[in-house]
Amino acid sequence: MAIESNPNGVPYTLKAKDFATDQDVRWCPGCGDYSILKQVQTVMADLGKQPHETVFVSGIGCSSRFPYYMETYGMHSIHGRAPAFASGLKIANPNLSVWVITGDGDGLSIGGNHFIHLLRRNFDLNLLLFNNQIYGLTKGQYSPTSEESKRTPSTPYGSIDHPVNPIALALGADATFVARSMDRDPKHLKDMLARADAHRGTSFLEIYQNCNIFNDGAFEVFTEKDSKPDTTLLLEQGQPLVFGKESEKGVRLDGFTPQVVDLSTDGFTKDDLWVHDDTDHVKANILARFFDNPSVNPNAMPRPFGVFYQTKRPCYEEQLHQQVNATIGSLGEGDLDRLLAGGSTWEIK
Amino acid sequence: MVFMVKQMQEKQAVIIKFAGDSGDGMQLTGGLFTDDTAISGSDLATFPDFPAEIRAPIGTLAGVSGFQLHFGSQRIFTPGDRFDVLVAMNAAALKVNIKMVRKGGTVIINEDGFDSKNLRLAKYDDGHNPLEDNTLEGFEVIRIPVTKMTRESISESTLGTKEKDRCKNMYVLGFLLWRYNRSMDTTMKFLNAKFKSKPEILDANHKALVAGYNLGDTMEEFNDRYTVQPAQLAPGKYRSIMGNDAIVLGLITASKKLGLSLFYGSYPITPASSILHSLSKYKNYGVRTFQAEDEIAAIASAIGASYGGNLGITGTSGPGLALKGEAMGLAVMLELPLVIIDVQRGGPSTGLPTKTEQSDLLQALYGRNGECPLPVVSCSKPSDCFEAAMEACRIAVQHMTPVVLLSDGYIANGAEPWRYPKSSDLPEMKVSFAKQKEDGSQFMPYQRDEKLAREWAIPGTPGLVHRVGGIEKEDVTGNISYDPANHEHMVKTRERKVEMIADYIPEQKIESGHESGSLLLLGWGSTFGVCESVTHSLVELGYSVGHAHLRYLRPFPRNLEDLMKRYDKVVIPEINNGQLVKVIRDKYLLPAVAFNKIQGTPIAHEELFDFALEL
Repeated sequence: MAIESNPNGVPYTLKAKDFATDQDVRWCPGCGDYSILKQVQTVMADLGKQPHETVFVSGIGCSSRFPYYMETYGMHSIHGRAPAFASGLKIANPNLSVWVITGDGDGLSIGGNHFIHLLRRNFDLNLLLFNNQIYGLTKGQYSPTSEESKRTPSTPYGSIDHPVNPIALALGADATFVARSMDRDPKHLKDMLARADAHRGTSFLEIYQNCNIFNDGAFEVFTEKDSKPDTTLLLEQGQPLVFGKESEKGVRLDGFTPQVVDLSTDGFTKDDLWVHDDTDHVKANILARFFDNPSVNPNAMPRPFGVFYQTKRPCYEEQLHQQVNATIGSLGEGDLDRLLAGGSTWEIK
Repeated sequence: MVFMVKQMQEKQAVIIKFAGDSGDGMQLTGGLFTDDTAISGSDLATFPDFPAEIRAPIGTLAGVSGFQLHFGSQRIFTPGDRFDVLVAMNAAALKVNIKMVRKGGTVIINEDGFDSKNLRLAKYDDGHNPLEDNTLEGFEVIRIPVTKMTRESISESTLGTKEKDRCKNMYVLGFLLWRYNRSMDTTMKFLNAKFKSKPEILDANHKALVAGYNLGDTMEEFNDRYTVQPAQLAPGKYRSIMGNDAIVLGLITASKKLGLSLFYGSYPITPASSILHSLSKYKNYGVRTFQAEDEIAAIASAIGASYGGNLGITGTSGPGLALKGEAMGLAVMLELPLVIIDVQRGGPSTGLPTKTEQSDLLQALYGRNGECPLPVVSCSKPSDCFEAAMEACRIAVQHMTPVVLLSDGYIANGAEPWRYPKSSDLPEMKVSFAKQKEDGSQFMPYQRDEKLAREWAIPGTPGLVHRVGGIEKEDVTGNISYDPANHEHMVKTRERKVEMIADYIPEQKIESGHESGSLLLLGWGSTFGVCESVTHSLVELGYSVGHAHLRYLRPFPRNLEDLMKRYDKVVIPEINNGQLVKVIRDKYLLPAVAFNKIQGTPIAHEELFDFALEL
């Protein structure tokens, strides 16, 4: 167990390993969750988080085992409902740094309802969705983010379910921070985790995570060195949308229609390109629709990674406590005897 | 002209039923008359009975809304069986209720509610009018053209006809206040507060009320007025209280006594919603309310708040309790304090949302996956909700367990006088949180005290970081464990923890009647009143009958078995198909007799009386 402060109350500088528990990590060898766990532990140390002020709350699924491996407070709750537990916790103690860990099945299928309501209420916490496009813990059924016609034990003739677009859903639910990263890019992932933490409000971070047992290589086209430059688009605030091995390609807007242009042949310069502005909700929605699978459609738009959108909006727990305090201010601290007596009373002698 | 002196007659008890269309304001009329009755010193019990639809089609049988009040100078235990007075605002209200008026009772009729359209909607045969045939034979009938008189009394008002007609209920209330020799002060005070910002509506309601009162005073045909002497209630300060409000006061009082912030996560559902409404008003008592997106989120948020050190509470009715089952199981595993209020209604499924039933007992006791014991506490009448709610909170916090608090629609909406306590007279309640070990040793989240309760270790406390969850955990350390022997040990330990609560609750008492004898009426919940009144009647006839009423349904009080064995027979009356009786038979191998009624209404005195007499 980490010793958090010296006798003068000055916090010790903690290292990533101080955030690791003594429990054996039981994910399958080669699982993308290992990388995410390592980056989260590193970021916790980098951000100077104190274990006792930090809580990881999860639902059910492979990703939801996460809290057992973090030397912080943690709750492994029930399937899909982690956002609701976290909401109550934040109301009870708004000062805690709360991290909700969920997966595509947990967060978007059984917990889809809570996902939407957490985002619109904008509690000040972080929501990390490990998306591996498959049910791992129950052995390989298709998930709400699985691609159409996917063959799995529950879809032997191919899935006929249309997949959820998590980023579009989050934007539709009026999330105040929406970002995407991947397990195979530790540097980017750490950067996104730090930015999620810095945002006041519900920070939604979708993390592409490889399940090497039931859905190996689902995101290969975005993560492998050969294909990555042409299939991914790194979103950087104030920078033009450029991609490709030689940064030779860009995205411009023709009205509301995005268009990929080749800077070397199409006669456009960087000045003609769409400049990323993560405060623009309309553009964020267009970016969210860069969702075609490049393995199926060679003309697919590149898949964006980074912060799609962020905005400031009051947090639910902050407003709740303001309302409580304002009521105490106007009516005075509640008096128990006045409460018990109520409006009209009479006496029997 | 002959000058008539109005006669004043004394009554020991009166049962009035106010009945009208659901838009006629009968609940308000009944409620206001009740407030005035309470202040006049009578003992009383009420029973509101309304349709599930917010506004069922006007004038129909389905749209009839009723409010029953039983008051008197003696102890009043139930809202009563047969009405002495029926107020019928239209033909449908008469048709639904006339069979429940006692022979020789009074029927006060709004004549204007009996036109051909009203008669058709009430499904009277063509050309058939109950005011003109022998339907009302044997009753005292008072016919008043209420709609017409109300309109006339406020003819100068610029309100539209529709708004004027809304004052009808005040006209009727005025007449009844006259008839029972009351003043209009309490009602006036209420109206002044309610319509403070709407002077025109206030004025119209005032005028209608006064006109109704004056009708009694001036019309020669109304000679009889009635008084009811104050009841011999224990000395003290009283107020009128409804069940759900008493729960709210109990929860807030518990939170104050414990020094914990109260968190209430809930999702609207009849008949529990008014708990959420009331708690939301009491923010200056530090109450935090959260209207969640569904029943599951409601309990989950309460567990989250409890994990964070608040007094976490959720409230619902039967269908909601079903949805909360999985999270209740988690709370059993986490061993955190939590109160789950179930204001029962008719089931299964949507069932009878506005009608009462006691059919969630087995769900509360057993309705979860796995071996999942938790304490169950119940409320027996509106005022009892206060103490029962405090007890549920005390047990939850001191024994680190979720607790179910059972009430029902009848208790929730019923009202009675309550001798309310002074806060300083209420017992103190202790709570403690885990602290960092001074010797630097590691915190063990599932180490237990003599009650088998673990420590409440809240996030934010240095030195106590630990993980909790729904997977079976190793004793003491709380680490995940699939060890077979450990699982059995933990199942038994969780059960023993709940059973040990019996050492921390009072022994079962006999409410009234004989301490031993031929028959024990063993009740729980809202059958309290009828069990009391039947016991009194049987004892008066010379039978050796006793009444015991259970607040604690899990665990049972230690002496319950001995107590039951002091009687030849045990009868368990329930508004369900026999649930407590199953548990008693199972646990004590005792041939308890079931008496059941499953009609969405309370058990009537004569029903239980006749049944007991035949045994």
